[in-house]
Amino acid sequence: MPTPALELKNITKRFGHKVVANKNVSLTLNHGEVLAILGENGCGKTTLMNMVAGIYYPDDGRIFINGHEAVIRSPRDAFEHGIGMIHQHFKLVDIFTAAENVVLGVHAGKKDNLKDVNSRVSEIAAKYGFSIDPKKKIYDMSVSEKQTVEIIKVLYRGADILILDEPTAVLTLQEIKRLFEILRRMAADGKSIIIITHKLNEVMEVSDRVTVMRKGENVGVVNTAETSEAELTNMMVGRQISLNIKRSEPVDPKPRIIVEHLDYTNPEGVKILKDVSFTARGGEMLGIAGIAGSGQREMLECIAGLIRPQTGTITFINPKENKPVTFFHKKISQVRRLAAQGKFHYPDGTRVSLKGMSRKSVRKLVRDEQILFDENEIMPLRDKTPLEIRELGVKLSFVPEDRLGMGLVGSIGIADNMMLRSYRKGRGVFVNRSKPKKLGQTLIKKLGIITPSIRTPVRRLSGGNVQKVLVGREISSSPKVLMAAYPVRGLDINSSYLIYNLLDEQKCTGTAVIFVGEDLDVLMGLCDRIMVINSGRITGTVDARTADKETLGYLMTKTQGDKADGSN
Amino acid sequence: MTAFFAFFKTYLLDYFVDSLAFGATFMYGSTGETLTEKAGHLNLGIPGIMCMGGAGGCLVLSFIGASGLPPFLIVILGILGAFAMGVLMGLIYSFLTVTLRANQNVTGLALTTFGVGLMKVIMSNKKLMVAQNYLIIPKEYFRFPFASRQDSLQRLGVMFFLAVIITIAASYFLYRTKTGLNLRAVGENPATADSAGINVSRYKYLATCIGSGISGLGGLYYIVDYMASNEAYLSIEAYGWLSIALVIFVLWRPHLTIIGSFLFSVLLSCSSFIATIPGVTPSMSAKPLMRMLPYVFTIIVLILSSIRNKRENQPPSSLGLSYFREER
Repeated sequence: MPTPALELKNITKRFGHKVVANKNVSLTLNHGEVLAILGENGCGKTTLMNMVAGIYYPDDGRIFINGHEAVIRSPRDAFEHGIGMIHQHFKLVDIFTAAENVVLGVHAGKKDNLKDVNSRVSEIAAKYGFSIDPKKKIYDMSVSEKQTVEIIKVLYRGADILILDEPTAVLTLQEIKRLFEILRRMAADGKSIIIITHKLNEVMEVSDRVTVMRKGENVGVVNTAETSEAELTNMMVGRQISLNIKRSEPVDPKPRIIVEHLDYTNPEGVKILKDVSFTARGGEMLGIAGIAGSGQREMLECIAGLIRPQTGTITFINPKENKPVTFFHKKISQVRRLAAQGKFHYPDGTRVSLKGMSRKSVRKLVRDEQILFDENEIMPLRDKTPLEIRELGVKLSFVPEDRLGMGLVGSIGIADNMMLRSYRKGRGVFVNRSKPKKLGQTLIKKLGIITPSIRTPVRRLSGGNVQKVLVGREISSSPKVLMAAYPVRGLDINSSYLIYNLLDEQKCTGTAVIFVGEDLDVLMGLCDRIMVINSGRITGTVDARTADKETLGYLMTKTQGDKADGSN
Repeated sequence: MTAFFAFFKTYLLDYFVDSLAFGATFMYGSTGETLTEKAGHLNLGIPGIMCMGGAGGCLVLSFIGASGLPPFLIVILGILGAFAMGVLMGLIYSFLTVTLRANQNVTGLALTTFGVGLMKVIMSNKKLMVAQNYLIIPKEYFRFPFASRQDSLQRLGVMFFLAVIITIAASYFLYRTKTGLNLRAVGENPATADSAGINVSRYKYLATCIGSGISGLGGLYYIVDYMASNEAYLSIEAYGWLSIALVIFVLWRPHLTIIGSFLFSVLLSCSSFIATIPGVTPSMSAKPLMRMLPYVFTIIVLILSSIRNKRENQPPSSLGLSYFREER
């Protein structure tokens, strides 16, 4: 048997004391083959490869290259061993040309000057069939061109082992096809290639062998020719585990938020959401499953009013009247103006005249809905900012994925973080500090938040406590819709269960809860319905009580036969 | 035509040559700051560093100025003294901002306050500044090629040409060499540079320290060469700030610094120039207003470059941000 190009033996990597990213992983890569590493997110694929590329250093285990043990402590060591990794997030300097990026960091001792690099880059490109202009600036390039630069960068350094982390995530169908051709050509040239992916069809298409990983462990190696997508799915998701999470029966489920035909293209021009339609019901928990980055975050942000979808409607159903939210007023003066135009009427049909009425009485009229707006038009939430949505009377709470970035301000204490929700209250220019402080104290007691004081910057709290602060605050406003994205990520078991219970309690009070999760077992144990999103498209909604992992796994990874996408 | 030439010769020539000489002060400061900023560090300590550079050079000169050493050695040792003091200040700055990742603005401002103060203590100390040797003896040495000339050319000396050479060399280094490319990568995107195997901290340290050293020369130049007065040290701080403005004015391109510094000093001294023309007497309020002009021009350049929004004209992307290697 020939010596493998790369061999990992019993690699273990821990982060902190509790999180084991890789446990005893062994893996072999032969010369001239394409090996796929398949697994769900968070299963340790990228961490494992980062150890080969010198980003992390393994706690345990050995790495052999061409039969010789190698110690890889930095990216530079990796280059010297002929290993090059193309990361999911490109590491390129925007204002440099392709060639300048390629030559970056290559020892200055080598005589090739910047001009020769241009021709060397063209040479490599010609050899493997890339099309690239070495003098083009990165900021003028498409995603696929940037990826090409990344690949040429590692080839220029003489890499024999190429690792590509989710290389197809950002490419169109044609670009994927071309990339795969190039990969095959490189393998034929004797290069060994590892491709990290969670897409089954790509595995089947491009790889020679597949290593499947689950929860940090290598669960098996199969030859691509001898396996099927179904077998791979089963290996990937594993057996079902019952978690014993408290799940109450849905309470009077009625539609609360109706999302129809949502399309969202991000500023980079990538289509993130494609024709997303669904209904979240009050008193019910809707789980959202999907590979990370399939559009979950953008979907929630669209609803929360943080980003604007290009098309589609979002309608909020007022739980009191069980009909869509209609008119919303911003200012008394606005109400007066509309009334002067004759747009308001009393419930008995007579026109409203606000002339001579005091501000106070007008406000009372509007608040108590004693006067009605003529046009009974539905107010779509799309194109509304979070503040406008709140002024509409929609009580919407959002627990974002990025707790300390979007949810809380890390450098201020719990009490002040509570004020982020209530800073508009209070008299005149003064804020009301006592209520948020009280709320903070209640939360500390109720949720058992461990903090030296209410003033301690939340950044200094542990992950679980930070999350409790955030979830506690969002729940305290007694929302009608509660959206939580990965609320238990990085939390220990106890904190996780506490969060599950909080969400379940909210459901029991009639709130529509939307829970984006990554662990299928949790989703199946906690939610009432599970909706699967796959590359920005809803591929199915299943009953969580009867769902099985295989179905979900299939919905999450199945390829959509939609050729229309490839043309852009 | 002849009238113009006469006017030019009588007034403008002196004014321009003097501006060239004056501009070398900013050329040093701004070239040093550009190098630092290209590594992603906004060093607001430049005024303090220029002051301390001046103090360092003067210290050396005050001890060896009258020692009878060969003139060129005195000049070189003086320059080395200023450079070394600048490097020392740069070392403090980079230790705080690169190793300890302190806030760059705060560190820079602290360094300025510290440097300016300490320089004043040193310069006003009679024991250290022996008989003000730093001024009396070396002035002719510094004006080496043109020292004996009677016309305005005698204002240009060794250190002026050194400034031009350093600036051109810095420009060549940044845009024509691989090390320069690596340095710019560090300032643009340190994570990328790191993953390409570039030692980010080393680049940051070296760029900051060498940059500070170069800035330090500006202080010495201003005290012993351009002004050659024992009160000159009092106004270096202002020119330190101007140097930082100049970096923005030339859009982080060292080769433009030569023109930029000339333009700045023309604007800065235009009030005194106007006063020399017979028949023109600028009002009291006009003078400070005219001294504002370099800053006004910097703001205009900033506005224009922001409107054009060309990527190459923007400051280094990670300017002012500390670099943490990503860890989970």
